[in-house]
Formats: sequence, structure tokens, C-alpha cells
Amino acid sequence: MINQNSSLPDLPAPITNVGVIGWLRSNLFSSLSNTLLTLLAIYIIYLVIVPTVNWVFLDSDWVGESRDACTSGGACWVFIAARFNLFMYGFYPESGYWRINLAFAILVLLLVMLNIRQVPRKGWLAAFTLTGYPVIAFYLFSGGLFGLETVETSRWGGLSLTLVLSGVGIVASLPIGIVLALGRNSQMPIVKSASIVFIEFWRGVPLITVLFMSSVMLPLFLPEGTSFDKLLRAMIGIVLFESAYMAEVVRGGLAAIPRGQYEAAKALGLNYWKSMALIILPQALKLVIPGIVNTFIALFKDTTLVLIIGLFDLLTTVEAGFKDVHWLGYALEGYVFAALVYWIFCFSMSRYSQNLERKLHTGHAR
Amino acid sequence: MTPTDNSDAGMSVSDEAIIDIKGMHKWYGEFHVLKDINLRVAKGERIVVCGPSGSGKSTMIRCINRLEEHQKGHIIVDGTELNDDLKHIDRIRREVGMVFQHFNLFPHLTVLENCCLALIWVRKMPRREAEEIGMKYLERVQIPEQAKKYPGQLSGGQQQRVAIARSLCMSPSIMLFDEPTSALDPEMIKEVLDTMIELAESGMTMLVVTHEMGFAKTVANRVIFMDEGQIIEENDPETFFSYPEHDRTKLFLSQIM
Repeated sequence: MINQNSSLPDLPAPITNVGVIGWLRSNLFSSLSNTLLTLLAIYIIYLVIVPTVNWVFLDSDWVGESRDACTSGGACWVFIAARFNLFMYGFYPESGYWRINLAFAILVLLLVMLNIRQVPRKGWLAAFTLTGYPVIAFYLFSGGLFGLETVETSRWGGLSLTLVLSGVGIVASLPIGIVLALGRNSQMPIVKSASIVFIEFWRGVPLITVLFMSSVMLPLFLPEGTSFDKLLRAMIGIVLFESAYMAEVVRGGLAAIPRGQYEAAKALGLNYWKSMALIILPQALKLVIPGIVNTFIALFKDTTLVLIIGLFDLLTTVEAGFKDVHWLGYALEGYVFAALVYWIFCFSMSRYSQNLERKLHTGHAR
Repeated sequence: MTPTDNSDAGMSVSDEAIIDIKGMHKWYGEFHVLKDINLRVAKGERIVVCGPSGSGKSTMIRCINRLEEHQKGHIIVDGTELNDDLKHIDRIRREVGMVFQHFNLFPHLTVLENCCLALIWVRKMPRREAEEIGMKYLERVQIPEQAKKYPGQLSGGQQQRVAIARSLCMSPSIMLFDEPTSALDPEMIKEVLDTMIELAESGMTMLVVTHEMGFAKTVANRVIFMDEGQIIEENDPETFFSYPEHDRTKLFLSQIM
């Protein structure tokens, strides 16, 4: 039988299937038990939201100089405002705040330029961000050149220290991780086993041990009189530790690339490094963007562990702030503030990675 | 267009051997996959290799550009012996283009970038010049309009034609085809075969592993039948299909025809 009426028109869907009403019906009120659950959930949300909003906004105090200003019974944001510089810059001399601000302003400018499509010569800009910029930032932070006052790394602190630690960790752990992952997949037995030993060693110890070893044990092994900056030791510890994790994430991506891609690259005459750089890694890294960013986020939060070796990162300065006798009793405000700052950075990284995944999506697999 | 006979003037075959395989053996661990392969391919010759799956036909052609390593015997491609010397391997891979069953286009690059990549990075050609060559070959396989698309946006037949263009950009003197139409939907096989026929008419030396017997009959100078790692029978297509000698060949032909 042949259908004579070969082109039936598309009819609009019934109104109860689409739009807000359709969504509500199918998701929240589809059955009696579902309706009850919806109402219960609304009640629980109400129980949580109302006191939170009251504490954070309605009953809170925002302006003032000391704890005497906090009389409403809600959150005392005066504390955060009063100690804000401590949280941002640690014990960095106040006259040098502009140097830190300038360093981060340059970074933000570079990152914005790198993400604007029309900017020409992106490759050079990226190379500068990765090589020239860290040098500039280092001299801005530590001084000693052009008449800038020298500031010891032990006085760095607060959010700026957190960002320095995690920035260095992120920028250094990815390339080292890639090299380790390639090493682990290598045909050469020595390279392969060295990579495996490195990765398994660093993944097998807790970061807190690494930091502790770097600050307490390492000086014991070094010859008398060699001093080695504490911050630098912590950085190296974090980078080596995170690059082992990164290596395994990247290896996951490498494993997902079909053998045909390697073969096609070989057949075209590309050598090992060229086929890795041009064919395999761009695809493998794209596949594991979620895993890479996951590691970055974990790294960002792991930097809080430097408190055990006496570095003052954001969390430590917040704790120091509410242990101050003038502000005793405002730990909750401090922790909420620290959590908010960490969340903003982690959430931005997460959104950026999703954005990047979308941008790099090039139609469906092979 | 489809040529109907093999004595086409454009398809001349010289006596000079461009590929010479002598007593080649290959093992996968303990498993002896290729046994005493002897094959001379003359310049401009078009050879179809057929045989049941697992017979070693793909492995054999993959040995020619060192995607697989042979353990015994000699492979000489255009005067260069294929051995562990990386320079020799490079030189041979310059001469030999390969088209795969699953296309193996690079999904993160556009069609044109797929074509230009090796010209730019292996031949060190300026980008503009490489793109001109890329477009020339995309026109030859009749998909210049897809140049800016990504492989994932093309049909299987179009992807395989891009893969052919990508190989041709390197101006190889030999083309290897490893079951180029096996992964395609039936309606796309013809467009790929037409491209290959056009290539054959231009005098390219071709080694084609395929089950397309129609292609073998019309295009090949010689058909090789392999089974269990050996070349069982080789002949010109007419004799091969009409008067197969070996029982295994007869059985194979009866199963696929």
C-alpha cells in the first residue's frame, strides 16, 4: 500500500505539552506523590532560605569601624571590611599594595586580550603571558629593581598568595603532566619506567606530607648555610604533586584517541613530536578539559594546606583575622567570606572550561 | 565515468618495479601472519588484493609504509630498502600515500587544514602555497565547497574523498588503499570508487585492498588473492574471475559473487 497523501503537515503540539505549564505538569505535578514531594521541597527551601537571607542581608551590619557597630544580631560584615586588606595582601607593606594590584591588573588585561577574537598575533601574546609576564609579576611582588622596596616572600599573603601559588601550580603542572603522560606511553623502557615511578610516587603521598617534607625535612638534607625560600619550596612541592595527577588525566585523553589517528599522521610523514603536537594532543586535551579543570580546581583549594608550613594564604589570614582580640566571635563571617571567594574562583574556572569545550567542539567524532 | 576495458591508453604500465617485496615474513608474537610474500609492482600498475578477512591482506600493504614492521625478507620501494633506518622510512612515506578504511581524518582540523597540514609541517611549505595545493586536490575530488567544514560535518563518502585528497597533496607516486569503501553506506561507495577510477586513469600506481569486485574487474591490471598469510593466486582480472585455478580462490569467489 502506498500512502497517497505523502506530505502530512506538522501540527502544533498541544498547549499542555509545551511551555511553562507543560514543564510544571510533567516535572513537578505529574502524580499525587510527586505533588506532595514538590510541596515538601518548597517548604524545606523556605525553612533554609528565610533565616539565611535574614542573617546575610536583612539583619546584618555593613558600615562601621569596630565591633561596636555590629548590633543587629545578624552577620557582621564590618569585620570583613575592616580587615579586607589583610585578607587580600597578607602582611605585605601597605605602601606596596599598588604593586600587587598592578601585577594582577596586567594579568587580567592579558587574559581578556587573549579571549577577544579580533586581537592579532595571539601566539606571541600567549607566549608573553607564559614567559615574560611571570618575570614582571615576580619583580613587582618581590621588588629589588628600579628602586622598588624588597619584600620578602614571608610577608606575601592573603588572596594574592593563594593566587600566586595556584597560578604557578596551574601553569607549571599542565606541561609537566603532559610530558609525564607521554613518557608513560613511551616505547622506551627507561623513559616509561621513570615516568611511572614519578607519577606513582607523587600520587601515593598526601600533599600535606609533601609540604611538610619540603619545609621541615628538606633543609636537613641540604648543606649547611644553603637557604632556599620557603614559598619556592612549597611551590615546587605543589607543582610536582599536581603534575602527577595531571599526567594521569592527560593519559586518559591519550588512551581515547583511536589508533587510526596515529597511523594517519605517520602515513603523512609526521614524526613523533609533530604528530603529538599537531594531531594527538589537541584532541586528547580537548577530551579531558573537564578532568584538567577538575584538577585545577582541586589545586586551587589545596593551596590552603600551606598553612601548615606557616604561609599565610587567604584562609589562614581570615583565621588570623577572627582570632584577633578585637574581632573574636566572628569566625562564621570569616569562613563565609573565604568560602565565597574560593567559590567565585572555582566556579569561574568551571564556567570557563564549559565555554572552552563548546568553542572547541567541531562536529561529531570521526 | 566508468571505463570498460583495461587497455586504456592513459593507463600505461612500465616494466620498472616501484615496489619489490621479496620473501617477506611477519609475525604478531608467535602468530605467523605473513608467509613468504613476493610481489613486484610496476610503475603505474593497479593491483587489487582480495581474500577472506584475517588473510593478511591489510597487514601486507601496511608493511609497505611501515605501519607494520616485517621481521624477515626485503621491501624495496622506489629503490629504497625499508629497514629500521628512519631516513629510509621517511623517504618511503614521502612516496607512499595511504587511504584507510575509517578515513582517519583529523577531526579537530577543517577539511582544508587536513590537506595542508603535512605540506606545511613536513614539506615546510608556506601556508598560502599549501592551501592552493589543498584546494587543487579538493577540486579534483569534487568537494572544494566543503573546505572550511570539519570532517564530522561531512558524509562518509565525502570524508573518504577528503582523505584521498589529503594523501594526494603530498604528491605520492604510490597510493595504498586499505578497504576504502568497507565503512561506507552503499549509496556512497560509488562516489569514492569514481574518484579512485579517475586516479587510476591519471597513471597512479595503486595497491587496493577491497571487496569491490566490480572495481577489480574494470580498473585492476592484476588481482591478487591471499589466504592465511600467503599469496595464493595472482592473475589478470579476466582470467582471475573467469578461470580461477586454486580451490580456495574458487570458494572465495563463489561466496562473494
